[in-house]
Amino acid sequence: MPPPDTTHGDTPAKNATHGDAGAFAQHWRQLCRNPLGLFGLALVVLIVLSAVFADFIVPFDATQVMAGPRLAPPSWDHLMGTDQLGRDVFSRVIMGGQVALLVALSSLAAALSAGLILGLIAGFGPQWLDNGLLLLLDSIRAFPVIIFALAVITLLGPSLATVILVVVITTIPVYARVVRTQTQALSNNEYILAERAMGAGTGRILGVHILPNVIGPLLILASMDVPLIIALEAGLSFLGMGVRPPTPSWGTLLNDGYNYIHNSPWPVIAGGVPIILTTLGFTFLGEALRDIFDPKLRRDL
Amino acid sequence: MWFYLARRLLLAVAIVMLAVTLLFVMIHAVPGDPAAVILGPRATPEQIAQIHEKMGLDDPLPLQIVNFFVDVTRGDMGTDVFTQRPVSQIVLGQMPYTITLILSAITWATLVGIPLGCYSAIRRNSLIDKFVGVISVSAIAIPSFVMAIYALLIFAVWLGWLPAIGAGGDGFWDTLSHLILPAFAVGVGWVGYIARIVRASMLEVLGETHIRMARAFGLPERRIVFRYALTLAILPTVTVLGVGMAHLLSAAVFAEVVFARPGLGALIVHAVDTRNYPIVMGTVLVTTALFVISTTVADLINAALDPRVREGL
Repeated sequence: MPPPDTTHGDTPAKNATHGDAGAFAQHWRQLCRNPLGLFGLALVVLIVLSAVFADFIVPFDATQVMAGPRLAPPSWDHLMGTDQLGRDVFSRVIMGGQVALLVALSSLAAALSAGLILGLIAGFGPQWLDNGLLLLLDSIRAFPVIIFALAVITLLGPSLATVILVVVITTIPVYARVVRTQTQALSNNEYILAERAMGAGTGRILGVHILPNVIGPLLILASMDVPLIIALEAGLSFLGMGVRPPTPSWGTLLNDGYNYIHNSPWPVIAGGVPIILTTLGFTFLGEALRDIFDPKLRRDL
Repeated sequence: MWFYLARRLLLAVAIVMLAVTLLFVMIHAVPGDPAAVILGPRATPEQIAQIHEKMGLDDPLPLQIVNFFVDVTRGDMGTDVFTQRPVSQIVLGQMPYTITLILSAITWATLVGIPLGCYSAIRRNSLIDKFVGVISVSAIAIPSFVMAIYALLIFAVWLGWLPAIGAGGDGFWDTLSHLILPAFAVGVGWVGYIARIVRASMLEVLGETHIRMARAFGLPERRIVFRYALTLAILPTVTVLGVGMAHLLSAAVFAEVVFARPGLGALIVHAVDTRNYPIVMGTVLVTTALFVISTTVADLINAALDPRVREGL
């Protein structure tokens, strides 16, 4: 493969945000000094691998109803027991991870791009557009997420696509706001003013100077949103309003287990533990990354 | 202050109005006839015409939006499709359960979170501080509905200490015992959250000159921490609590479903299940209003306490 085309002005900005091999080694050493971050990384790697290779890992078809015992406790045949229909819970947990990551990644990608564009428009465009967009974004945030999700689901019907849509709409305002603030802070910098004085167009200023500086903090924010999105998908599926059966999701597993909680604790344990491990893994990793790359970016404080 | 108050209230009203409009647009953006959506697949043409008439669906769109606003401000949110009772009556009837749950959750979270955060800040980098830090992050990260289910499994199903379902109502102790597990599940993330915020702002305050001055005067450490540092350091929690209303409401939805408690969350989930559109709308409106009111109040309290905020807007 040929080396990536380095257009002028692109390289320094890239170096500033992503760093070269030396900076990467330094970041890696910083991460190694953070045991919680390493633990998070290990969990994330484990979860991603199990989702990617899910088809090779699962011992049974996750949707196959078997003749064996129902609500059986864990055994060597069924590592996490069976559910109320006799399906293998371990296979369902592994396949559920695929659904969770699919929702998280696809909705994050969409929300990031939309938030980026809206934020750049708000931050760089005329004042009236900025005010209008801000009001719109703030009113979307005025709905509690679950309530908003339920309203959308009533209209569009429960499905995987609806869940993704809800996540995208509710996360766009956060990203757009961050991008807007960053853009406004940057666009008054002297080097941008100088660039403009030399006749650079808006496209060049945004693409070459602002975008690379905005994307770093945005990606860290996004990585910290992964657990929230996974929790939302699982939560909606738990309410029976997310992923439709027979597709396995950690939320539907929990819901199945909840209905039989007095008969057997195993399905509930098997459905909840992956959610806990995933949210913890991504949170620990996200916090460690934030501390390494941008200690100032503390949204929660 | 008056200028700030006016601007902040105006913003709140604007946000509620936009939210109402969004809601209205959402219903009309759905492909198909809202009347058919409300009545479901078994509707007869006469029923649909009746709903059209009743909801004014044949009026011009701007008039519909205006009418919708007028109705909502008068507290008229339509009637329930199934029971024919006014939506406002049903929604407001469920509200006390949710408010009780949210208030008790936030109360215990504050009572535990503030001392934890304060202690962590004083004993910075000690083992306990690090332990509290990890626990706080974990408590925030783990979704509240998973907490709720596990609390149900452990304390109600296995140990049998507390009742599993319902809101009780047979005397004070019965109501309290039904409240403990849901309030635990809703509040546990907030313990971590509040602890973190108090720790961070406490560290900031402890580094300021008036604290150094107090130390130089030889005031007892206890007095410095509680009288001069903590009173300042708990201010940020006020704002966070206001914004946190949305999270609390979301957590309450799950807690109400898991513990089969009555409340706004249980109401809306059931309404979505049965596609009972007027109830869904009514609940969304009321919860949104609750949220906007609480953020506004929190901002105003903050502005009253901190002059910098007033000038910032």
